[in-house]
Amino acid sequence: MTHPDALILPPEATGIAQPAPAARPVTTALLYLDGVTVSFDGFRALNALSLTIGHAEMRAIIGPNGAGKTTMMDVITGKTRPNEGDVLFEGVHDLTRLDEAAIASLGIGRKFQTPTVFDMHSVEDNILLALKSDRRPFPTLFSRRTGEERDRIDALLARIRLTDQRARKAAELSHGQKQWLEIGMLLAQEPKLLLVDEPAAGMTDRETADTADLLREIAQTRAVVVVEHDMTFVRDLGVKVTCLHEGSVLAEGSLDAVSANERVIDVYLGR
Amino acid sequence: MSALLDRRGIVFLVALAILAIAVPLLNALPASSPFHISDHLVPLIGKYLCFALLALSVDLIWGYCGILSLGHGAFFALGGYAMGMYLMRQIGPRGVYAHPVLPDFMVFLNMKELPWFWHGFDQFWFAAIMVVVVPGLLAFAFGWLAFRSRVTGVYLSIITQAMTFALMLALFRNDMGLGGNNGLTDFKDILGFPVQAPSTRIALFLLSALALAGAYLLCRWIIASKLGKVLVAVRDAESRTRFLGYRVESYKLAVFTLSAMLAGIAGALYVPQVGIINPSEFAPANSIEVVIWVAVGGRGTLVGAALGAFAVNIGKSWFTGALPELWLFALGGLFVFVTLFMPRGILGTLEDWHGAFRARRRVRATDAAAQAAE
Repeated sequence: MTHPDALILPPEATGIAQPAPAARPVTTALLYLDGVTVSFDGFRALNALSLTIGHAEMRAIIGPNGAGKTTMMDVITGKTRPNEGDVLFEGVHDLTRLDEAAIASLGIGRKFQTPTVFDMHSVEDNILLALKSDRRPFPTLFSRRTGEERDRIDALLARIRLTDQRARKAAELSHGQKQWLEIGMLLAQEPKLLLVDEPAAGMTDRETADTADLLREIAQTRAVVVVEHDMTFVRDLGVKVTCLHEGSVLAEGSLDAVSANERVIDVYLGR
Repeated sequence: MSALLDRRGIVFLVALAILAIAVPLLNALPASSPFHISDHLVPLIGKYLCFALLALSVDLIWGYCGILSLGHGAFFALGGYAMGMYLMRQIGPRGVYAHPVLPDFMVFLNMKELPWFWHGFDQFWFAAIMVVVVPGLLAFAFGWLAFRSRVTGVYLSIITQAMTFALMLALFRNDMGLGGNNGLTDFKDILGFPVQAPSTRIALFLLSALALAGAYLLCRWIIASKLGKVLVAVRDAESRTRFLGYRVESYKLAVFTLSAMLAGIAGALYVPQVGIINPSEFAPANSIEVVIWVAVGGRGTLVGAALGAFAVNIGKSWFTGALPELWLFALGGLFVFVTLFMPRGILGTLEDWHGAFRARRRVRATDAAAQAAE
């Protein structure tokens, strides 16, 4: 009597593709960077950087100039391809194989260091262009604004306090208003992760405090990564801090713990 | 939603309609009348209309999407060649060598049979399709390579120059089978009507006006749509657009290809009116001149592009008659003047004056009202 298993062909013989063995580490984190290295002509902008961001987590990234903060954002958003390492979003999407547009559609929004909005468009149209929608040219050509979209725009404008500026050209806004408009555009994309580069740069104290409030509110439902130099602002955020140095993580923890770290004081905060 | 037709557009279309009605009417007047437009002037104005259409196609990509093409003359000329091939086939046995099929230049070059790409051009419908397909395909292939590699700015402008230059050199060769440096000429008739006949010229003139109006409305419709807003977004902040999830290269490719097709139509209407197409139409300087028309008229307004094409070409017609050796200096000087003193072009400057005039009148009106109230 043959063993029942003998009747079953080995998987290789069936010709049915078997799922590849999980070569990548499985992760439950929203964003997962493991051993990411980026070199430009021998200079290592990122050096085996590993970092995880959870769902609806807010994280502040600090570090001296050249520590790799912006390069890290470039890698996550598909602008720069790492030489080595894994970058996973939601545990399944390999961000090193996708372009900027595909990554944005997955739900990763990015705010630039200098506020970048569409100057010649009205404030309202800036939000309209950012609203989650079919991004292909032909559907865009025939798209008409729906009532639902109008409501979303109204709600977002109220939240970034630009309702009374809606018809003005974005070029006419103040620096702080532009920063907020750009954050509003990120929210319009309905992202799961927001990468925010120096949101407090060039803002008044009042605006800085308001921005911290806005980001904290956003972080209740979405993950937010904030790169910032302004320590008061980072303290305002009151979140876990990662200090980068020479392309890898130097220290991680609460702001007090990181500020007390000897090496952080040496390379960044100063004595 | 911004309206399809703004005031600027209405003024433009009305002016175009008046031109389209006036020219045939004035042409029909007896030659003794001071208002008579002579027969040679009709195709000249028709030629300006074709140039206006070409300028419109350049403004669509340069003014609204920031793509500075210095090779759009190539798409214009390709559309012209497609029409020229049809017109050559229409000559039939009436050529100097009286060959039943082969155009004169092929007999002269000892060609025994029609090259493969000449087949089908005896049919008007086929030629009409090729007028948009050939420039469209070239623009698609060129754009696909250039935009996917993210070639932008001055680098893109330079390779568009290289493209039109390469095509010019290729077409100068006799073994291209397109007439070498003589190009295609001696046309007899189009759809059975003699090309030189005044009535045919009026018809071609009217078709050019219609094509310009149609292309204007198409461009306006695109600009007023959400896609048009994305194009402006690409022009002003390309990486912002990309990180919002728009695949910028697809947008550029779509609008570049459409623009090349419009340029092809302009070329196809141009050739029967001037009666010749030769490789000098591919000259890099021609394409640069188109950009000057757009800049002079007012970039990013569509109407300004058409206006600039008219203004500069009327100037050119006058100069090349009166002071031919000075024309290029005048053109260069005009470009420098406009860039320095009229950055928004003729149209933008006119609109600024108009706006200032109205504002002053409003101030005067409120002053008067205030005085009356006292």
